[in-house]
Amino acid sequence: MPLSVQETEVKNPPVSRPPLDPHLKALENEAIHIFREVAAEFEKPVMLYSIGKDSSVLLHLARKAFYPGRVPFPLLHVDTTWKFKEMIRFRDEIAEKYDLDLVVHTNPRGKAEGITPFTHGSALYTDIMKTEALRQALDAGGYDAAFGGARRDEEASRAKERIYSFRTPDHKWDPRNQRPELWNVYNGMIKKGESVRAFPLSNWTEVDIWRYIQAEDIPLVPLYYAAERPYVERDGMMILAEDPRLKLLPGETIRRGMIRFRTLGCFPLTGAIRSTASNLEEVIAELEIATVSERQGRAIDRDQSGSMEKKKREGYF
Amino acid sequence: MTATATSTSATILPFAEPAKAARDTRPLRLITCGSVDDGKSTLIGRLLWDTKAVKEDQAVTLARDSGQQNDLGLPDFALLLDGLQAEREQGITIDVAYRYFSTDRRSFIVADTPGHEQYTRNMATGASTADLAILLTDARAGLLEQTRRHATIAALMGIRQFVLAVNKFDLVGYDRAVFDKISHDFRELALSLGVRQVTAIPMSALKGENVVYAADTAMPWYDGPTLIEALELATVRSTQAGGFRLPVQRVVRPGESFRGYQGTVAGGSVKPGDSVVILPSGTVANVKQIVTFDLVRNAAVAGDAITLVLDRQVDVARGDMIVSLDGQPMTGRHFDAQVVSLQPGGIEPGKRYWLKSSSRRQRVSVEPVSQLELSTGIWQPHASTLHMNAIGKVRLAFEEQAIFDPYDQNRSTGAFILIDPDTLNTVAGGMITAKRGEIGGIHQSQEGEGQRVLLSLPADLAEQIMASELFAARRDETEIKRMTARQAAEVFRDAACDI
Repeated sequence: MPLSVQETEVKNPPVSRPPLDPHLKALENEAIHIFREVAAEFEKPVMLYSIGKDSSVLLHLARKAFYPGRVPFPLLHVDTTWKFKEMIRFRDEIAEKYDLDLVVHTNPRGKAEGITPFTHGSALYTDIMKTEALRQALDAGGYDAAFGGARRDEEASRAKERIYSFRTPDHKWDPRNQRPELWNVYNGMIKKGESVRAFPLSNWTEVDIWRYIQAEDIPLVPLYYAAERPYVERDGMMILAEDPRLKLLPGETIRRGMIRFRTLGCFPLTGAIRSTASNLEEVIAELEIATVSERQGRAIDRDQSGSMEKKKREGYF
Repeated sequence: MTATATSTSATILPFAEPAKAARDTRPLRLITCGSVDDGKSTLIGRLLWDTKAVKEDQAVTLARDSGQQNDLGLPDFALLLDGLQAEREQGITIDVAYRYFSTDRRSFIVADTPGHEQYTRNMATGASTADLAILLTDARAGLLEQTRRHATIAALMGIRQFVLAVNKFDLVGYDRAVFDKISHDFRELALSLGVRQVTAIPMSALKGENVVYAADTAMPWYDGPTLIEALELATVRSTQAGGFRLPVQRVVRPGESFRGYQGTVAGGSVKPGDSVVILPSGTVANVKQIVTFDLVRNAAVAGDAITLVLDRQVDVARGDMIVSLDGQPMTGRHFDAQVVSLQPGGIEPGKRYWLKSSSRRQRVSVEPVSQLELSTGIWQPHASTLHMNAIGKVRLAFEEQAIFDPYDQNRSTGAFILIDPDTLNTVAGGMITAKRGEIGGIHQSQEGEGQRVLLSLPADLAEQIMASELFAARRDETEIKRMTARQAAEVFRDAACDI
């Protein structure tokens, strides 16, 4: 980023918006505090960037935290090669626009062995293309701290996650033996090889995320907004049908309808919802009367109760 | 999936209600104290349920996992809360979990902690950030020793608002006399701990009476608030009183001539033109600008994450604190504190720990003085290891200058954690009570203007006095420094100047 600061006065703030309400302001302040603390205490932080709405908020907060300086760490995207095409396009635009260091990693073993969600099932696929890939990328980068956008309200096992979540050298999480975390005094001391996952959005809820996106005018992948799109119904999910790698099974047909996504991941594992909410205001209105949680569309959580905890223990975010 | 969810959960769904307005306060943070027997999981589950924080698919998972509903057709709330598999298997909550719910007026963050005695550490953790504590009691049992323990820990951690939830009130026939007795006893207990803001509420969490919805039919005589009303009316942790405090997290230098100090305001307020002091160096400067991403601001208050620019080149590093010229914090090498011991190894006398407070981390040695007996509220002399879950008074000795406010004046700059240098684990949470004199160690933590006498005695005579029962009984009030006759003479010369 070209330095906008020529002299000791910062004269042209990048934006001018109405002030945030105290609720969002408190959440923002807390997140910025965490970003700065991690950046100061760790040698080599990285930010996990998944391109979704939470990552978009996380990135926005990082830019705020370090302004007028540059975001002092790279963004890491674990690319399974099965992401929605619009996500990849959006990722590259954002990295360019904000002058970010973007690191993209795909598991070479998974690629070589042709691991796909269709042929190997969601559990094995996720383990290799996401969890193992993440471990590879963290090891390769030598990162000792990784920011993630996880929120405690998302899923039961996350309710007990710390803001600094300690990981062993092989990236294991031990929920029975977490470091106590008091006040906003975080313990950033680790031994060589150990690392910390840091979660600045821990105390945000899904509604907070959306209201903050609205208040701060944060750009999102358009898939969050309803449009007429092609889809296939499979296992009770509506799967976007735009990628030629999606082969129709006997009896399946491609339909078209107004759909959107509440979360974004790998397209074969992410179900759409029927919706007419085609802009931010309508999405928020829809969300505030929603009766299902956002992870409802995620195949990864459905195998069995406690499946997220299992994945987390093994190093998944 | 959508279709499945709708059909299986139709009977147990909470009503969906429209749009919540922007909230004009920051989230209220609270802690719930009580045991499984008091109905704590049911109470939190009820709060989440009646405020519609539980979604359809979560309810379905719940119904699937429990395979049964209670006699009101509601799912087993404990399953909703006990997130970790290990806990579900053991049927016990073992750590701190955070829950989120909101009403039209406010949002809430609940630290849900176990009520069993051995988990003092978890309660202290949850209480450290809480504005308010809900203490739960079974109406049939009244106040128990456990209630005293929880109230004591909550008060110690700086919570100044209590709500007493007198639960299972249907099981005492909604008897007003029972409620009056319990709430009276509780008020006395709270007052003895220095807590004046107390609300007692008779309720049935299972039936949802006086939690979110009022129970006018069952308890026509009760004219107080429901639990949710009490929470909506509670005050958030008062903005830290006293002078401006900015613990510096990092220095930002994007270009040759710009230098900003980034941190979160931990007390007071600041505006351009204010004179400030950088501690521990003592350098004085003026505030030139308050920079944020959104706009150059006219002022910043406690809680704001800012970048401060000063009017001159000064030496400021992470761990320093920028404070107002008037009303500075205490600086020194010797402090008194209360600590909660959090790990199996305990806190060992004389061991050198890392202490982290705000952004400052430094070496400290810790000497235990006394330990709190939770069942009676009495501090007993105790100079040996403070074992896990113990609450103790300690003396801190630093190798370099430390900077603190008393915890009862500032919950940010008065708080710290201790880190074991071997395991690097967090082994204690602590709260500063006072600074101690450096040479003579003249005790400043005694409240009021009590009279003190300094004696200088030959060591052998002092040993005999200290061995007496009378002395041992009041050991906590005394202070001992061993030194040479020459040092003693210096102390007395300095002390004489003050008298």
